Amino acid sequence: MGDLAATLLSAHGLTRTYPGVRALDGVDLTLRAGEIHALLGENGAGKSTLINLLTGAQPVEAGSIHLDGREVRPKSPAEAAANGIVAVYQEITLLPNLSVAENIYLGREPTRFGLVDRARMRREAALLLARFGLSIDPAQPLSAFSTAVQQLIAIARAVDMSARVLILDEPTASLDSAEVAVLFRLMRELAASGMAVLFVTHFLDQVYEVTDRITVLRGGKLVGERRTAALPRLDLVAMMLGKLPSGDSHLQRHAAREPGAPFVTVNGLGKQHLVAPFNAEIRQGEVLGVAGLLGSGRTETALLLFGAERADAGEIIVDGRPVTLKGPRDAIRLGFGFCPEDRKLDGIVPDLSIAENIVLALQARLGWMKRLPPARQRELADTYIKLLNIRTPDAEKPIQLLSGGNQQKALLARWLATQPRLLILDEPTRGIDVGAHAEIILLLEKLRDEGMALYVISSEVEEVAAYADRVMVMRERRQAGMLAGDDVTPSAIIDAIVMPGAVPPSGRAA
Amino acid sequence: MKALAKYGAVALMMAAMAGCGDKGGTDKATKANEAAAAMTIGFSQIGSESGWRAAETKLAKLEAEKRGINLKVSDAQQQQANQIKAIRSFIAQGVDAILLAPVISSGWDEVLGEAKAANIPVVLLDRQIDTADPSLYLSAVTSDTVEEGRVAGRWLVEKLAGRDCRVVEIQGTIGASLVANRKKGFEEGISSAGNVQIVRTQSGEFTRAKGKEVMEGFIKAEAPGSICAVYAHNDDMMIGAIQAMKEAGLKPGSEILAVSIDAVPDIFKAMADGDANATVELTPDMASRAYDLLAAYNKDGTVPPKWVQTPSTLYLPDTAAAEYERRKDLY
Amino acid sequence: MSGWFMAARSRLILLALVLLANVAVAPGFLELRLVEGRLFGGIIDILNRGAPVILLAIGMAPVIATRGIDLSVGAIMAIAGAVAAASVNAGHAWPVAVLAALGTGLVCGLWNGVLVTIFRLQPIVATLILMVAGRGIAQMITEGRVLTFTDDGLAGVSSATLLGLPLPVLIALAAAMITGLLVRATALGLFIEAVGTSPRAARLAGVPAPGILIGVYVWSGLMAALAGLIAAADIRGADANNAGLWLELDAILAVVIGGTSLYGGRFSISLSVLGAVILQGMRTCILRAGLPPELNLLLMALVIALVLVVQSPACQPAIARLTTRLRRRGAA
Repeated sequence: MGDLAATLLSAHGLTRTYPGVRALDGVDLTLRAGEIHALLGENGAGKSTLINLLTGAQPVEAGSIHLDGREVRPKSPAEAAANGIVAVYQEITLLPNLSVAENIYLGREPTRFGLVDRARMRREAALLLARFGLSIDPAQPLSAFSTAVQQLIAIARAVDMSARVLILDEPTASLDSAEVAVLFRLMRELAASGMAVLFVTHFLDQVYEVTDRITVLRGGKLVGERRTAALPRLDLVAMMLGKLPSGDSHLQRHAAREPGAPFVTVNGLGKQHLVAPFNAEIRQGEVLGVAGLLGSGRTETALLLFGAERADAGEIIVDGRPVTLKGPRDAIRLGFGFCPEDRKLDGIVPDLSIAENIVLALQARLGWMKRLPPARQRELADTYIKLLNIRTPDAEKPIQLLSGGNQQKALLARWLATQPRLLILDEPTRGIDVGAHAEIILLLEKLRDEGMALYVISSEVEEVAAYADRVMVMRERRQAGMLAGDDVTPSAIIDAIVMPGAVPPSGRAA
Repeated sequence: MKALAKYGAVALMMAAMAGCGDKGGTDKATKANEAAAAMTIGFSQIGSESGWRAAETKLAKLEAEKRGINLKVSDAQQQQANQIKAIRSFIAQGVDAILLAPVISSGWDEVLGEAKAANIPVVLLDRQIDTADPSLYLSAVTSDTVEEGRVAGRWLVEKLAGRDCRVVEIQGTIGASLVANRKKGFEEGISSAGNVQIVRTQSGEFTRAKGKEVMEGFIKAEAPGSICAVYAHNDDMMIGAIQAMKEAGLKPGSEILAVSIDAVPDIFKAMADGDANATVELTPDMASRAYDLLAAYNKDGTVPPKWVQTPSTLYLPDTAAAEYERRKDLY
Repeated sequence: MSGWFMAARSRLILLALVLLANVAVAPGFLELRLVEGRLFGGIIDILNRGAPVILLAIGMAPVIATRGIDLSVGAIMAIAGAVAAASVNAGHAWPVAVLAALGTGLVCGLWNGVLVTIFRLQPIVATLILMVAGRGIAQMITEGRVLTFTDDGLAGVSSATLLGLPLPVLIALAAAMITGLLVRATALGLFIEAVGTSPRAARLAGVPAPGILIGVYVWSGLMAALAGLIAAADIRGADANNAGLWLELDAILAVVIGGTSLYGGRFSISLSVLGAVILQGMRTCILRAGLPPELNLLLMALVIALVLVVQSPACQPAIARLTTRLRRRGAA
């Protein structure tokens, strides 16, 4: 892709102020026809605001947007779409109870004699989805499909709306590698047809794999625009963080240490239709990593271990004594804590303040009678805000105003406040900006070194390989293996995920 | 009368009506006895949502027993559909006549047509219906609600004997024709006296609690001592109003005259205690008049008037204690 | 405290407007007089008449905060009143009647709570059952009439005076304070808001959600029983057909005016009480205005629509600007 390609969209001096914050400050952006353009920056850099201005979700305060040399000022996403600017977001914005076809053609249904032509709608939807490598029945309700498929459907809808500028906001966050490959192939096709694709992501590998240019924002300002091929990774991270990265230290495997005392032993724990019985031993001062693809049963092991689902087989032994978990409260009483995968739905309590969110689990354990005095709540919250470097002016702000990374830190704080002995974390770094990501990994390592037992579910194989002492691999809702010691390498984990029988399942000979 | 303000109240008090004693016998029943004897009459009653309606049912049974009439009562639980079903069932059983207390005024033409075709006379009790064909029913026995208000108004004018009087009025539920009629009648009743005027009117929704609240408002809004009489569209609201007056340190019955309509037992108690001055009876004894005109019709084909009005009798404190005793078990 | 005033700002303005309207109708409305050891005045009247709805709103606010709703409170009022009246008429002492009525309220609340929590019925459906059946139960107890009683002790629940105030006012204020303390001096408020905002997150954090849910319905039942006692004592009789009729809607409206979303989450007892007082203030004003009664419902609806529009998110920025400007002018 040369520099001479025609400019399709150019934005100049875009500015947007929220009460007390300049979210976007005189930012320029140029998108050329036929290019895939990465928009990068930490959370709070202004990426979302920029997208909102381009799509008319928020009004432009100062600055201008030109499409094909003509000034556009979309007042709503619908108006932007009419101009050819369409965005697809990480959170699916479609309607789960409607069919796939209805979702794709919502608001622009093909009609026949004034009535919606359902047959044609389904036929065209099926054709469209086939281009994405999706052979699904468009008559099914959207909710029948996984998040990944829903994401692809959302993109298909946007592409079909004759978009000229397609904005993809974290589209790969919930896709597995095969789905990502499909998406990338499609992005390249779309670019080749003359569209401009603006791609927002946290995965730097993907940036280098698929994009032609990169625009980096930081703190609402433009840092710069570069050609991807001419920008070394180290320099990119430096642009994003505004400092030289402290090195990839967290990706180096920590030195082997003496195993701690066994804290929790899981013997054949399982539940029908959820996950087949699995075995695991979780020791103090150790990280037990859990790897597997989406739907492999990895999350379900955590739900059983935390009592969020009641097991119908097997037992959990804590400190040598078998225990029965009737619900999360039993697990919490034993010193367990759980940061779920879906932070927004299962983790944070959006209306409540950061402080209230932090003290919630501790307060629940103390019971309703023994209320933590406000001063003590304040003190706890402030302690953890400082300790975990949660970026907020004060602890009384509603937690929903925090960025994803800071919400995750607050959830960690919620459990740390209970001084847990076992912390169960499901995808603790998903959808989190680079800085917070590294901070969370460092924190986990610190907790481990202090003697906490950690059960970490992660799809980031390299990371798991770096910090986990042992790794349990899940596949198709059953335990596929247990790696330990020198076997804990990214390639061994991937092998176990992909190939049946590559690793002997725990407790049995190969 | 609260029935008018009710929506789907669940009636669960049939048991309360069973086993009532034989009280208050009348002699007018005897003369029609022979003609009525051996008659079978079906009575489709709305329900038993108020003491007044329970009394109406109870009296219908009592009077039927006296006349040797075989009365079948069907409780419709406030549903027109149930009443239509009951009427069809009465027709199928071949009753000699049907009494109907209609829950609403419209939608009766078809089923009454069936009764007419089967030559079964229908008498409406307590309420009228809307129909283009008056031949569908023999007669309607109801009170004259305008007259009730008139009687109350005339009593007040007479009692005042020329004195000036500022009256406050506690209306029933807005929108009911009964309320418009009782208001109109009272206004006619006092129109002869130029010195009696209604100074405030507000809705007490036929309930004690609202009657009390409205009266409290009147007392607060009017200068002390300036209210001379209260007129309430039913006794229940008056009982609430009496409490409001007492709590405000006023003396209902003497300082402020109290006149209302219905003649339920509790107002007689208030009159006996000197707290109320007069009530106009809405008699629950509707059925006996229907029996009488049906007997005459059966005997020699005497066609009764289309509308038979029950008398609007005025009751005063002198008979209150006795009337209370007579009524307390009826309601 | 200043935080409370900020939150209460628009309601306090509304209350002031309602009181002004009352003064316009009756010039001496705001005067307070002490006569024979009892305070008299328009504000006392509003609190006294509004006591039942205030109590219902106190019970309703935590229920709504859990994303629930309690439609049965009006019917519980009727049952509680009927139970109290029937007990004194059966010869029991009035304290026995009061306890029986409160116990009835607890049982009714427990029934609702169990349906919602254990049987997972939607709150609107679960409480609709008692809303319909409850009035039938009350009618069964009163045999369909107004069950009049003469016991002065029971009537005193409404007419007695304590510390210069009518007893219903004291009961309502005490209930508000006790409930306020119960939810804010303990962790109950936090748990209720957590369960209402995000039930799944609350459960995973170890909040005892089932207990909380049952608890709020039981409390709502208890408050409704208190309201029912006051209503019955007020007319010295239990009116199964009319006691508390439609008051559940007033209570819900009061809670909404108090700023609690029907989608659950943040709630405030004091603001809900304020909402109930505003409603009663409007009612008192309309009743005393001497306008044709045909206008009652229309006026009430118009004013409520206005109140809700003023409180809507769309209007809040304008109010914030107005108050800042007023403050600035006041400071200058």
